[in-house]
Amino acid sequence: MADQTHVLQQQVLQAIDNRQPLTISAGQTKAFLSPAPTGDILSVADHQGIVSYQPTELVVTVRAGTKLRELQLALAEHNQYLPFEPPHFGNDATIGGTIAAGLSGSSRPFTGSARDYVLGCKIINGRGQVLQFGGQVMKNVAGYDVSRLMVGAMGTLGVLLEISLKVLPVPASECYLSQFHTPQDALLLMQTLASQNLPLSGLGYDGEAVHIRLAGAAAAVRSAQQKLGGQHHDPDIFWSAINEQQHPFFAGDIPLWRIAVPPATAELPITGKQLVDWAGGLRWVKTDETSDNLFKLAARHHGHAQLFRSSQKAANRRQPLADGIRQLHIQLKHSFDPQAIFNRGQLYSDF
Amino acid sequence: MKKAQLLAAMQAILPEQLILSSQESQAPFECDGLSAYRQLPLLTVLPETIEQIQAVCKLCHQHTIPLVARGAGTGLSGGALPHEQGVLLSLAKFNQIVAIDQHNRSARVQPGVRNLAISEAVSHYGLYYAPDPSSQIACTIGGNVAENSGGVHCLKYGLTVHNILQIKIVTAAGELLTIGTQALDSPGYDLLALMTGSEGLLGIIVEVTVKLLPKPERAQVILAAFDDVAKAGRAVADIIAAGIIPAGLEMMDKLAIQAAEAFVHAGYPLTAEAILLCEIDGNNEEVSEHIMQVHSVLENNDPISFDTAQSEQQRQLFWAGRKAAFPAVGRISPDYYCMDGTIPKAQLATVLQEIQRLSAHYGLAVANVFHAGDGNLHPLILYDASQPGELLKAEHFGADILKLCVQVGGSITGEHGVGIEKIDQMCTQFAADELAQFHAIKAAFDPNGILNPGKAVPTLHRCAELGAMHVHHGQLPHPQLERF
Repeated sequence: MADQTHVLQQQVLQAIDNRQPLTISAGQTKAFLSPAPTGDILSVADHQGIVSYQPTELVVTVRAGTKLRELQLALAEHNQYLPFEPPHFGNDATIGGTIAAGLSGSSRPFTGSARDYVLGCKIINGRGQVLQFGGQVMKNVAGYDVSRLMVGAMGTLGVLLEISLKVLPVPASECYLSQFHTPQDALLLMQTLASQNLPLSGLGYDGEAVHIRLAGAAAAVRSAQQKLGGQHHDPDIFWSAINEQQHPFFAGDIPLWRIAVPPATAELPITGKQLVDWAGGLRWVKTDETSDNLFKLAARHHGHAQLFRSSQKAANRRQPLADGIRQLHIQLKHSFDPQAIFNRGQLYSDF
Repeated sequence: MKKAQLLAAMQAILPEQLILSSQESQAPFECDGLSAYRQLPLLTVLPETIEQIQAVCKLCHQHTIPLVARGAGTGLSGGALPHEQGVLLSLAKFNQIVAIDQHNRSARVQPGVRNLAISEAVSHYGLYYAPDPSSQIACTIGGNVAENSGGVHCLKYGLTVHNILQIKIVTAAGELLTIGTQALDSPGYDLLALMTGSEGLLGIIVEVTVKLLPKPERAQVILAAFDDVAKAGRAVADIIAAGIIPAGLEMMDKLAIQAAEAFVHAGYPLTAEAILLCEIDGNNEEVSEHIMQVHSVLENNDPISFDTAQSEQQRQLFWAGRKAAFPAVGRISPDYYCMDGTIPKAQLATVLQEIQRLSAHYGLAVANVFHAGDGNLHPLILYDASQPGELLKAEHFGADILKLCVQVGGSITGEHGVGIEKIDQMCTQFAADELAQFHAIKAAFDPNGILNPGKAVPTLHRCAELGAMHVHHGQLPHPQLERF
């Protein structure tokens, strides 16, 4: 599909002229993360296509509206993949939305996060300028790292047009094991395993069993499997299911919280069901406890909490920022988008 | 502010012994690893507490006095070059490891802790800190964060930005902020990524929490020699295409090989046009499997020889030549100028050819050392500073190489930073609107512009003036810029 840069830029310039706020949209698969949009919709859904892909450079440059699935298929043709295992949450997920939301899957502690794989970007800022940062090479320290700043910014700093990502070869072999453990033993086991030289790509706990995913050279996976033992299981039942939140744990109306903590943190004292991912570093919690309580608890454990899914409207979905950090956010937002055109309230309610 | 006034104001907030004001006492701070540039500051301060750093920042912020932070001073781009009207703030006294958290595989350290000291301190837990810049014996973690340092192993293990969890900074206005969390991500904008590599322009790093990794069980290295640089380049692409990410993948050209061999006798074949060092690490089985695969890839690329290190001692020897490449070149030339461009790997042969052409044009020899896996090229331009005009010639040669890197889709700096050295090349890499966005980011952190002024991001004015100097066939570079 065609390059829509010019069309999008004109729409942004028009909005700036009219002081009309815009909410950037593409596949709508992650709309549940934020409150209802403000102002007009700026759709980047038609701004599609892989701009360049050289497998031996391990770099792909792609337009933001490109479907995540399409990108993953193109990489798979060359036996490569996005190692941060982004969740889709629907068929229409785009790479732009994936990067704006900055979500990473179960392999995150072992192979890195969405922001770890971003090398460069092209954006439209709130002055209507098309700007390019970073690059299409693995290492680049010229200028501030604006590309990684865009990851997880929920479109509040500008419209993502193109993203350059580092990609990696698909691991030669994978294996999925599970072992039954109590919550306490499960967290200890995860710590022990993560401290060893094992070809891990996932360590999770569903309340009954520790799920171990191995990925790497065939011989390495084989020997780790023999060393660890446990039952083999189908990857779709746990790993794909938790990545896409199709696992039975995620069903029902109780609010879903995402709490990131240092991995060795003990089981969190929260009323409600918990599912552990990221070798202990990520706790999904289904609970009716108040936001206030959960934010305080997360801060006490040197982490942070986010109300991820809820059928009810909530004012504060994300961990409150310390005063000085909040002030920096407001100033940074202003530096990119002085008239606050883009995605008002999509990250925090006050900018 | 006059020096005497500044000294009096500083004496009011810091103990006397933490302030250096004489020329002799400040001489060790007049340059960093880019010693062609030297400058004495008005004052040098060596604070011992975060409160003292805050007080210094507040003073400088209030009176708009330039403030330059300095770690070990090993940087290669002049990022720690003092400001003649300013204060140099050394973090040398912040040299303690605050806490090691074995279970969460992290360590909280002060910014003046040496890179290698972290790995040494956690070694008995079977852990290490992965980024290993070649200066790791001396360089400090604060400087590593400020420059987003890489190292030989960053193709597999990433740069500094991939290996830290949290930092504490003191802002220009003297406020202490915590950026990031002890978890794997943090709420809001990724300020940690923005701070990493910001070259001391956005804040002063006063504490760093680094991620630690389990030490690889085994490492094995293969040395392959080629009679043609292009063949070596193809071998690199083929290794990646085979689905292998080596821990290190380094290339050296003929002049670099000869200099290194004469210096450390690593066993490099002197007739080769290029050698590749390919290191595989991980657990035992993984290493064996990948070494076999790399062997067959190399065989298919017509090497004149290849050799797997048969012992840890031989592995160290193979690496010794590469690690000593810079000083080895230093032995065959009175001076050398180290460049740091990155290029798409596929452009390697073209870029090396063009560098040879430029070498003939300028009459200066060049030795190439290349982090081949991630496209980071270090051409070492040989010159003699005692010959009038040679430094300038070397700088022009270097600037041409960087322009070439940008032309083929790369960058002017892969890991050494912009500093003062590549400030003019930033005008080649970025357009005026992009530079203006950088200045807006800077203002969000440091409204008075006191932190490391004149480094990393050029003013639009500077780019315009530079453009005016370099009119080529009547075409103005950066025509979109206003001319002052």
